Amino acid sequence: MTLLGHFTYWATVFLMMTGLHVVISRGNLVKKLVGLGIFQTSVYLLYIGPGKLVGGTAPIVGPGIATYSNPLPHVLILTAIVVGVATLAVGLALVVRIREAYGTIEEDELLAADAEDD
Amino acid sequence: MTGGELALAALAVPLAGVAFAAALHRNPDWREAATFATAGMLFFLVVSLAPAVLAGERPSVVLFEMLPGLPVALAVEPLGWLFAAVASSLWVVSTAYSVGYLRANGEGRQSRFFACFAGAIFAAVGIAFAGNLLTLFLFYEILTLVTYPLVTHHGTDEARRAGRVYLGVLVGTSIVFLLPAVIATAALAGTLDFRPGGILGGRVDATAAGVLLALFMFGIGKAALMPFHRWLPAAMVAPTPVSALLHAVAVVKAGVFCVVKVIVYVFGTETLAALGGAAWLTAVAAFTLVAASAVALRADNLKRRLAYSTVSQLAYVTMAASLLTPAAVMGAALHLVAHAFGKITLFFAAGSIYTAAHKTEVSQLDGIGRAMPWTMGAFAVGALSMIGLPPLAGFVSKWYILTGAMGARDWLVVGTLAASTLLNAAYFLPIVYRAFFVADTAGGGHGHEAPAPMVVAQAVTAAACVALFLFPGLAIALAKALT
Amino acid sequence: MLAQHLPVLVAVVPLVAAPLIVVARSGFLGWVTALLVAAATTAMSAALLAQATASGTISYAIGSWPPPWGIEYRVDAANALVALLVSAVALVVVPYARRSVSAEVGQDRQYLFYALLMLCLAGLLGMALTGDAFNLFVFLEISSLSTYVLIALGRHRRALLAAYQYLVLGTTGATFYVIGVGLLYLATGTLNFADMAVRLADVRDARPLAAGLAFITAGIGLKLALFPLHAWLPNAYACAPSAVSAFVAATATKVSIYVLMRVYFSVFGVDAVFRDLPTGAILAVLSVAAMFAASAAAIVQPDLKRLLAFSSVGQVGYITLGISLGSAPGLAAAMAHVVNHGITKGALFLLAGAMALRLGGTGMDRVAGLARTMPVTAFAFVVGGLSLIGVPGTAGFASKWALVSAAIEAGRWWIAGAVLLSSLLAVAYVWRFVECAYFREPPAGAPDRDEAPADMTGPALALTAAVVAAGLFASPVLEASTRAAAALMGFAR
Repeated sequence: MTLLGHFTYWATVFLMMTGLHVVISRGNLVKKLVGLGIFQTSVYLLYIGPGKLVGGTAPIVGPGIATYSNPLPHVLILTAIVVGVATLAVGLALVVRIREAYGTIEEDELLAADAEDD
Repeated sequence: MTGGELALAALAVPLAGVAFAAALHRNPDWREAATFATAGMLFFLVVSLAPAVLAGERPSVVLFEMLPGLPVALAVEPLGWLFAAVASSLWVVSTAYSVGYLRANGEGRQSRFFACFAGAIFAAVGIAFAGNLLTLFLFYEILTLVTYPLVTHHGTDEARRAGRVYLGVLVGTSIVFLLPAVIATAALAGTLDFRPGGILGGRVDATAAGVLLALFMFGIGKAALMPFHRWLPAAMVAPTPVSALLHAVAVVKAGVFCVVKVIVYVFGTETLAALGGAAWLTAVAAFTLVAASAVALRADNLKRRLAYSTVSQLAYVTMAASLLTPAAVMGAALHLVAHAFGKITLFFAAGSIYTAAHKTEVSQLDGIGRAMPWTMGAFAVGALSMIGLPPLAGFVSKWYILTGAMGARDWLVVGTLAASTLLNAAYFLPIVYRAFFVADTAGGGHGHEAPAPMVVAQAVTAAACVALFLFPGLAIALAKALT
Repeated sequence: MLAQHLPVLVAVVPLVAAPLIVVARSGFLGWVTALLVAAATTAMSAALLAQATASGTISYAIGSWPPPWGIEYRVDAANALVALLVSAVALVVVPYARRSVSAEVGQDRQYLFYALLMLCLAGLLGMALTGDAFNLFVFLEISSLSTYVLIALGRHRRALLAAYQYLVLGTTGATFYVIGVGLLYLATGTLNFADMAVRLADVRDARPLAAGLAFITAGIGLKLALFPLHAWLPNAYACAPSAVSAFVAATATKVSIYVLMRVYFSVFGVDAVFRDLPTGAILAVLSVAAMFAASAAAIVQPDLKRLLAFSSVGQVGYITLGISLGSAPGLAAAMAHVVNHGITKGALFLLAGAMALRLGGTGMDRVAGLARTMPVTAFAFVVGGLSLIGVPGTAGFASKWALVSAAIEAGRWWIAGAVLLSSLLAVAYVWRFVECAYFREPPAGAPDRDEAPADMTGPALALTAAVVAAGLFASPVLEASTRAAAALMGFAR
């Protein structure tokens, strides 16, 4: 029961670790951004999951509605999603510029090119 | 003007000297005239403070609050006045000497030289008149920084290396030892003001006092207590006027001045004597004294020999102060003055020899007394004063130190003094002997006497050594007021 | 009428200015707007600081939604001081930027530079003044995203890579912060700092809270370049346009440090952070490591801006060391060093920018003989360097004095010793510049005595003068820091 009851947490931790692993282990700049996205997504789940009450409805004031889910996490995460999208956009723009300037988006090749500049 | 304003003016005048030297960059004659004027003005201001100080007044002025509760303040007391009087009077003389030396040797960057020189005097006056430990520390660090360009004046690799040693030792000791000592004193005593009898009485136990004293004594690297003496020989790459005024007078005297000041006004001699925390200092100073003399004995380079002689003479002052008896502290104050006049004479002579005959080593000086009688005559006077023979200044101060040592029944000190006198004689007299009594075997001759301004300068300081023996009244009165 | 909205206006004015600049599409208009905005935020921050000092905490409810339901702006002696530092640095950097940016950024993109600078300013001021944990995250991202782009505007292509690396690490750090806040939110049900502090007051020894604290420490630690999480900083500072290096180095890490202080001392409280958990010991060890390792690395850098960047990592170590003492004097010392190091590093980066303009770069080979080619700049740089060492009469001395006093008061002699010993490394890296500028010959083809124009040298020298003024008259900054520490520790209690 506890294992299943903490289902969202397990999913959160799994996504978090997957995302971080991709960020660290991949040399391709786009793949790093994908990892970063997964990592951020795990946080969305962390907030949203506990906001849900079993048997609760949407948070609307109306007759017969006694239990409802906490609306605040949704609001917060909407903001966080916007931030995440903006970050991804800036990141991808940078990758495009890096591709233009260096002709590659593989980290080891970029570092080698930098070392040659010195 | 009130005493406080006079002290403030004495601080402002050399600062104006910095501005003059920089502003008159393109006009050397006016620049040097301005330097003379500022030096003379400073000496006049310091002298006009004398009556008040002798009358027992302590003119003081608070400038501004630097750290919460800790202002930058000036306060003139006898020892500080003595130091300021020595530094300002010798600034006048050495300006004359510098003009002759720099022009005869065709040195570059003369404006920077005169500006930094005035800056060093500014810092020395600040140290002399500092009203509390924070002010003292502020000017102490300024003095280190402003003399660095003078040490590295020639800009050669050798000068740069020497500059590293100079800065490394002085800044290193002051940050790692002196600064924590100052901060700890502030924390323990709640004040940093210099007060007769000290500010730490009853606030420290014997262990804490011992640690604090060690931090202070090794932190004041300018006093050149071994093993932090290496900067002084390194500083000898500087032009000779710098070695003469700064590394025989202003900088090193600032060091031992701080030592005496800390012992007398921060710890208080009686507090320290009661805690018994200064015996190790006497031993370290005695060791420095003898060891430095031994190194001087073997040094062939004249300026290096003089530098190690300075290290050993500074240890006299520290050793005397560490005895904590009134007579010994008086001796320390007097030695600060006596050594200044003697050592500057010796350096002036060394610079004259370099300028006129291009000789730097002791072994090259055979028979030079015949070519440069004035220079070597002044050198002989300075050397005899160092040894402590009458009728010269060194005798007076050694007399008091010896009296203090015997009064304290400290036979180690008495023995050290006897031994060092012999060592002094052993490394100075051969130079005088060579100059006057050994024929020049190398051939080629020694040329002629140095330029007139330099000869006059060394004659004046040599005469001062005699005058201090004949009329020691003022200095003794001030030194007595200290205890 | 307007005065009561000051807490939010400080952040809103630059936030509104940014899109206006984009619409105007003019570099000059952008510059004028930025100048006016910087002056306005400086005046408003000063007014807020005066008000908070005189009458205590100011609480402002956005949209009149009362806290803890609405977002609260909560101004006290601590964050008003930080806001004043940030806006005052902006006020110095913007006049300087006009020529510097013309030289380093393409004509068609200059208006974007000022828009981004305003966004960054808005983000930093918002972070400082908000009393809401999640709102802080949003402002953190506003300032970070604009900083990434500002860094990418650097001339060399390496700037792009530096910006990308900073983006990845910065986003990771920000996400760690949100995770930490999320855990706190789950435990307390509130995002308002003051409310959180009240609810945490009786909770002790709860695993999720410790985890939240750890996540926030790691996340903010990344943003403030806590050793060994500083990998992004040297490249970012070294490659960014000069004006950006100066602004970011003087402000961005400082605001993050303030956030860490707020979380430690206001939200969790000294007991929870420093008695129940080994935070103090961990932070102290990392700080000392930064002071020695980063300062030692600074000595061997081949480029002046990289040298300054590594020095920043080391100097941040002094600040976090003050925090790690977990005492009011330690916190005050840390806050004093936030201000003093902010102006010192700002001045040094501005001077480095002046060198870059005239010499085409800041490599050690290029600045050789600088005393001959740019004597005023070289001398001012030495003065700034003395402040990094902590020579009396400079700003760095005042905060070092406060830090060593605090360490001695806490009985941590080894910390006092480490602070002073590591200063010697600063002597080494500063003197590397001195020997380079004063003892070496200028490279062939160097200009013959050619200072940067007055509109760049002026602001740089003004900030250098501030370094000396803050050293000689250190009491105002130290007293403001003491009040800030008291405000941080007495928050919501």
